[in-house]
Amino acid sequence: MSVATHLPALQVVLPLLAAPLTVLLRRPGLAFLVAVAASWCALAIALALAFQVHGSGVISYPIGNWPPPIGIEYRVDALSSAMLVLVAGIASVVLPFARGSIEREIPAPQHYLFYTMFLLCMTGLLGISITGDAFNIFVFLEISSLSTYVLIALGRDRRALVAAYQYLIMGTIGATFIVIAIGLLYLMTGTLNLADMGRRIAAVNGTRPVLAALAFLTVGVSLKLALFPLHQWLPNAYAYAPTAVSAFIAATATKVAVYVLLRFYFGVFGEAQVFGRLPMEQMMLALALAGMFVASTIAVFQTDLKRLFAYSSVGQIGYIVLGLSFDSATGLTASIVHLFNHGVTKGAIFMLLGIVVASIGGATLTRVHGLGRLMPWTSAGIVLAGLSLIGVPGTAGFVTKWYLVLAALEQGQWWLVFLIVASSLVSLMYVWRFVEVAYFREPRKDIVPAAVPRSMAVPTAVLLVAVVLFGLDTTFTVDPAIRAAEMLLGGAR
Amino acid sequence: MNGPAGLPGVLGHFSYFVTIFLLVAGLFIVIARGNLIKKLVGLGIFQTSVYLLYIAPGKLIGGTAPILSDAFKVYSNPIPHVLILTAIVVGVATLALGLALVVRIREAYGTIEEDDILLQETGPASAAD
Repeated sequence: MSVATHLPALQVVLPLLAAPLTVLLRRPGLAFLVAVAASWCALAIALALAFQVHGSGVISYPIGNWPPPIGIEYRVDALSSAMLVLVAGIASVVLPFARGSIEREIPAPQHYLFYTMFLLCMTGLLGISITGDAFNIFVFLEISSLSTYVLIALGRDRRALVAAYQYLIMGTIGATFIVIAIGLLYLMTGTLNLADMGRRIAAVNGTRPVLAALAFLTVGVSLKLALFPLHQWLPNAYAYAPTAVSAFIAATATKVAVYVLLRFYFGVFGEAQVFGRLPMEQMMLALALAGMFVASTIAVFQTDLKRLFAYSSVGQIGYIVLGLSFDSATGLTASIVHLFNHGVTKGAIFMLLGIVVASIGGATLTRVHGLGRLMPWTSAGIVLAGLSLIGVPGTAGFVTKWYLVLAALEQGQWWLVFLIVASSLVSLMYVWRFVEVAYFREPRKDIVPAAVPRSMAVPTAVLLVAVVLFGLDTTFTVDPAIRAAEMLLGGAR
Repeated sequence: MNGPAGLPGVLGHFSYFVTIFLLVAGLFIVIARGNLIKKLVGLGIFQTSVYLLYIAPGKLIGGTAPILSDAFKVYSNPIPHVLILTAIVVGVATLALGLALVVRIREAYGTIEEDDILLQETGPASAAD
């Protein structure tokens, strides 16, 4: 057996082992090197798996050589490999950036623990994406969640502690709802393997425990992915966490939660049961629209840029759920593409804000007066990423809007097209708030921007290039998304 | 409809009623109490109810562990027990982390009442910068 056959296991095991290693090393420099090495290896593995899946189809890896459905299976298909690339990719960009960022935001004795928690969080997210076992999803979810709570609590503001506590309460309720759903499904089907569960559920379709499981799962995952109105934990968590943490979890954590939803809806319950028996489409549509408009409108009135873009995240999650609510291949493609596009865009924005915080000590609107003159490159970057949030052609955000509009037109829902465009205008308003302050106000005399290390600027630039690249060339994002959407709908009964 | 032990209705589903009661009671405490420690207690009860949800159906009255022997004919399902062992560990870790956060919150704010913390944040402290 060569190493190549064990890539699915290594994908998770490598960062998992690197995490305690950073604790043992203790020296921040060494811990940093281990973390970066682990994340880059993870990205290499994720890319290798993606090529393998593209070439030869689904990879099934039995853990400990116990064949599924009795043994635990790692299963890599078009959708999960895309998630693996996203998580590992964002981690390998954020980690090099994090070193400069946490130097200014976290006390030095805690630096090595930051890397430990970061690696654990990454392990959890990779594990959720790769596993084919329902209970495994819960365990990995808790690994990623617990480490996220710690990462948020590392923020320098004391409000970070309260934010972490609130997220802990909400996150645990969400995770427990997911376990209840998995428990009910296990009781009804007698299996924990997702694929096997999907086959056996046909015999008990529409029974009350299965529908209860569907409801528990939907609410539980919605808490995790911050679907409006279950988003209360998110703005504080993103705003008070160290900026490197905000960048990583904004780009990955909620997206992986969406992945869990897709996996259960289409892989286990089946499209017909989810959208046929309950008014799921209408509920999701209503909540998605509410999120798009209400959360984006709240964003307009924020005074802290981190908080502003956190609310914008809730709004953007609305687009992802909107795509899901169409229950069509185009809609699903839009959702999956937006997982990527929004992940990259929001990652870039929070990294840029990290540079701002490192340089001028804060990212409130009153501090960034005249930022366009003080830090022209950073400001231009925020505007560029902001354009992607609005969905201007040539940026990643446009691709999503395009597919969302296509999906709406497919179903002849003209009014939705107008709403999608109107919600972009709300996005324009909150991005404009930054533009107005940064470009049309005099810089404050008391603020002298400090130099920012290149280790922060280069990874940020990489993500910004990705924002434009994914807007111009859609081969890397849309094609896998279409394959994943077809696979999900093809697996539906 | 008869329950698992051949008992009628409510009595036969006793474990489910207990489970649901604990679930709702725990969740209620989390929502209704402003004390951060009490919230964690509620969360603990809420999580414990799920342990019951898994384990009760896995247990057959008179059943043993799956041992291959002619002496035993009725087996309990070991998988829910193993799963819940994991869930218990997760629950303990969550509680520990939650309590650690409460300690830090108390150090930073001098209180563990949600309302007081909110008051401090909406007060003059939040006007910084």
